[in-house]
Amino acid sequence: MTATVTTDPGTGKQARGTTRGSGGARRGIPRIPDRIRRGGLPYLLLLPAVLLELLIHLIPMVVGIVMSFRQLTQFFIGNWGAAPWTGLENYEIAVDFDAPIGEALLHSFFVTCVFTFFAVGLAWLFGVTAAIMLQESFRGRGFLRTLFLVPYALPVYAAVITWAFMFQRDNGLVNHVLHDQLGITDQPSFWLIGDNSIYALIVVSVWKGWPFAFLMLMAALQNIPRELYEAAAIDGAGVWQQIRRITMPSLRPVNQVLVLVLFLWTFNDFNTPYVLFGKAAPAGADLISIHIYQSSFVTWNFGTGSAMSVLLLLFLLVVTAVYLFLTSRGRKGSHA
Amino acid sequence: MRHLRAAAAITLAVSVVAGVTACGGGTSSDGGSNESPKTLTYWASNQGPSIEADKKILTPELKKFEKETGIKVKLEVVPWADLLNRILAATTSGQGPDVLNIGNTWSASLQSTGALLPWDDENFEAIGGRDRFIDSAVASAGKEGEPPAAVPLYSLSYALYYNKKMFADAGITAPPATWDQLVEDGRKLSKDGKWALGAEGSNLSNNIHQTFVLGQQHGADFFDEQGKADFTSDGAVAAVKQYVDFMAKDRIIAPGNAEYARNQSLTDFAKGRTAMVLWQAAATTFAAQGMEPEDWGVAPVPVPAGAPGAGKQTNSMVAGINMAVFRNTRNIDGAKKFVKFMTSDAEQKILCKTYGSIPPVKAAQSDPAFAAPELKVLRDTLATSAAPLPQVPNESQFETAVGTAVKELFADAAAGSPVTTESVKARLEKAQQTMQS
Amino acid sequence: MPSRDGRRAGRSPMAAPRSFLWTRRVVLTLLAGFVLLPVYVMISSSLKPLQDVSGKFRWIPRGLTVQPYVDIWDTVPLARYFVNSLIVAGAATVCSVVIAVFAAYAVSRYGFRGKRVFTVTVLSTQMFPGILFLLPLFLIFVNIGNSTGVALYGSRGGLILTYLTFSLPFSIWMLIGYFDSIPRDLDEAAMVDGCGPLRALFRVVVPAAVPGIVAVSVYAFMTAWGEVLFASVMTNDATRTLAVGLQGYATQNDVYWNQAMAASLVVSVPVVAGFLLLQRYLVAGLTAGAVK
Repeated sequence: MTATVTTDPGTGKQARGTTRGSGGARRGIPRIPDRIRRGGLPYLLLLPAVLLELLIHLIPMVVGIVMSFRQLTQFFIGNWGAAPWTGLENYEIAVDFDAPIGEALLHSFFVTCVFTFFAVGLAWLFGVTAAIMLQESFRGRGFLRTLFLVPYALPVYAAVITWAFMFQRDNGLVNHVLHDQLGITDQPSFWLIGDNSIYALIVVSVWKGWPFAFLMLMAALQNIPRELYEAAAIDGAGVWQQIRRITMPSLRPVNQVLVLVLFLWTFNDFNTPYVLFGKAAPAGADLISIHIYQSSFVTWNFGTGSAMSVLLLLFLLVVTAVYLFLTSRGRKGSHA
Repeated sequence: MRHLRAAAAITLAVSVVAGVTACGGGTSSDGGSNESPKTLTYWASNQGPSIEADKKILTPELKKFEKETGIKVKLEVVPWADLLNRILAATTSGQGPDVLNIGNTWSASLQSTGALLPWDDENFEAIGGRDRFIDSAVASAGKEGEPPAAVPLYSLSYALYYNKKMFADAGITAPPATWDQLVEDGRKLSKDGKWALGAEGSNLSNNIHQTFVLGQQHGADFFDEQGKADFTSDGAVAAVKQYVDFMAKDRIIAPGNAEYARNQSLTDFAKGRTAMVLWQAAATTFAAQGMEPEDWGVAPVPVPAGAPGAGKQTNSMVAGINMAVFRNTRNIDGAKKFVKFMTSDAEQKILCKTYGSIPPVKAAQSDPAFAAPELKVLRDTLATSAAPLPQVPNESQFETAVGTAVKELFADAAAGSPVTTESVKARLEKAQQTMQS
Repeated sequence: MPSRDGRRAGRSPMAAPRSFLWTRRVVLTLLAGFVLLPVYVMISSSLKPLQDVSGKFRWIPRGLTVQPYVDIWDTVPLARYFVNSLIVAGAATVCSVVIAVFAAYAVSRYGFRGKRVFTVTVLSTQMFPGILFLLPLFLIFVNIGNSTGVALYGSRGGLILTYLTFSLPFSIWMLIGYFDSIPRDLDEAAMVDGCGPLRALFRVVVPAAVPGIVAVSVYAFMTAWGEVLFASVMTNDATRTLAVGLQGYATQNDVYWNQAMAASLVVSVPVVAGFLLLQRYLVAGLTAGAVK
């Protein structure tokens, strides 16, 4: 792989020399020697990242894709080379929506979409709200900034188990409050089995996920020049208007990335449902990652699991492409 | 130009992948070798109260072995949460231990990977012969008719644990011996916020253990002779329905148990909230939960009628740990010596006593320690009326599919929805269809 | 530090109206409650004897004991796991951030062929379910070990390599966005003054991006700190990390919930303290100083 990358500096000469001038000042820097140096530099800067991504992410991913065309059951995991090629058979199993496996996959796909929508939406909303509320200095701000990061610091395993305790029907905090103390429900409800389980899952996921959004947005807020607010204030804009007209637009580049990765991670989240529900999630909260786990590690058939993963990858690629297209429109930056 | 480069990159990537997958698996060498005769790596499963405790228990025994044979054993106690994934990775790459412990229900699955040394007559002879072990334990070490993939190390079975005081308060003099009696006693016990029986409704393995035994009593095996899934036979449906009906119809299991998966039923029992649980060797857990040993009693798991015995009167699955040798070990003779050492009468007595399990080695069972009331019940069950779970390669799939079906039925029952023969059959039908052969 | 805060507050253009102040109070209280509720349950569970842990919930627990905090050190080798985690997460964070800064700088400041391919490919790695990376990556590590003698499997090095790569994609994307929002005039001015591109990066862009870099470092650290699946397969007893080690409190029959909670809280204290220390860098963007 090194070869592909390091041969590039030569051709890099022809690469467009400057996109940096977008709106920025063009000064009379001597261009020619600069260009030669710079042609190679970006590749050199990228080299470590490219090598690591190849080794740890991309090659295993390609192996995964190859696996999806093979019958990689327990009979062959000791010697992958001997696993028979099956063509598209693994895919046919996965997308045969009339048979239970495909039907369950489709169902869990919809469940995952609903879950992701709410979990990401709420996590982002909480994060952006808290970040903006904590933008200005006041007593206790430092304390709250740290406090809000606590869910991020706690080990996932212990945190999710704690939530499982809280959601217990007979002994949990949630029913204690809702049923015993507030009397909202007639009888204690189940949260970890049955249809309520999706609420439990969303709550835990948001609790665990929003501090990350908060952290990133908090950092992003530091980059907004004070002058913008001052100018707006002089123009008579109130706090709410400043938030709407200055803060939110300034957060756009970070938001674009943040919401996208939150979406991708939440869609693929395995730890939360696995620790909360164990090996078999209730039908109402049956996320696709659990399905893939069941179709690979539990059945020892890594071919089918890989095929499902490849389908997922294709779906997420399409969603990401559409998302980036829509959110990048009107932005001058062209890195994506 | 751009296309050419992309093509080159793809070609390179594909060839790297091909290299990776081709090298995959060091299990090609059959039979192992004696290249490093002085050391062994051993992955022990977590049997004691903690990983650290296990290390303390096993280390002196391994020292003894080193003294006897000069072979140094490198011990790693692998937590249960990681063990199967570690074994999978080791199987895939050929980079694993020489000797390892496996859950006995994994035996057939691991057997079909071909990564484990088969225990044919010759290998069994090297550790003193197959006859030293009780039959049910050997039967849980691999597919029927093939040399076992492992050797039984620690065995266990299920028993009925009951709260003596709650029984006395309800005027029950003896633990139930049949299911009808259990339901009858259960109705007496289930009142005033207390319940007769505990269950782990969301624990898939536990669901399987219970329904498998009931299935045996109804003459159902869940798999046919060819190893194909057969979940919807009348016997299987009746067995699953009977188990769920303890909550749905008989109302002797609290609805809240439908969500139990973290041994909450044992806490309930220790706290006197339920009067009975079906469990394997629960003494240490009860003690940890603050229950005095004299407060609980133990009896064989009930049967439909009469007394427990082989065939239709099976009343437990064979639970336990098997010991296996990786086929590509570089110290095959040493590995066999180590298995022989660990399954020797003396070690079996020491280790099983410490871990509260039953030795699968017949001669070791005679030790008076295993004649204490709890262990005697477990030992007799194991010897006469326990059957191994189906020894099929897709056993874990079976546990997931049927275990989930039972979990969902419990959820229905807890929510007050009716559980009928049809609804049970429908769930099992669905479970069967997800089984890929 | 206080003086700067004071100055900023003094210049605050938000002459906050009452409605904003009240909204802020209510919202922050609710969020704090949401965050703290499970933390409270964790703390109270960690102070109960085992038999009371899964008992009926009470706001004010009874019969508290600190015994779990004593026992945690004997049940699992917690201190060793902690050191392992610290080494692995620390090394992974430093490497990951440096590599991500380079990559993001290249993408943000240069036009070159393959830029889009790079960014999209890096992002696509976040779309494949993590569990299916496991066995192929393990195979690669074992094969590298067999052919070069570099033991990646079972070593901290392999884990560091894995984790630093895991956090790269988001770090790169996040930093691209961050660098993009730093005016180009800044580094171009530096280059006019005779700095090379790398010096411009370290003298101008990095100082201006400190809040973003700190945020990304926290992310990289937590990614490595909390990862379970790969650590469970790629480590052995000597190199096991905390996230996996904590599961040692759950054995087959006996689960020491109180100790698991106590241990989780104990190991989180240094992390939270670290957050507290990093605060000032998150709060005080150096942008202003750099611009002037």
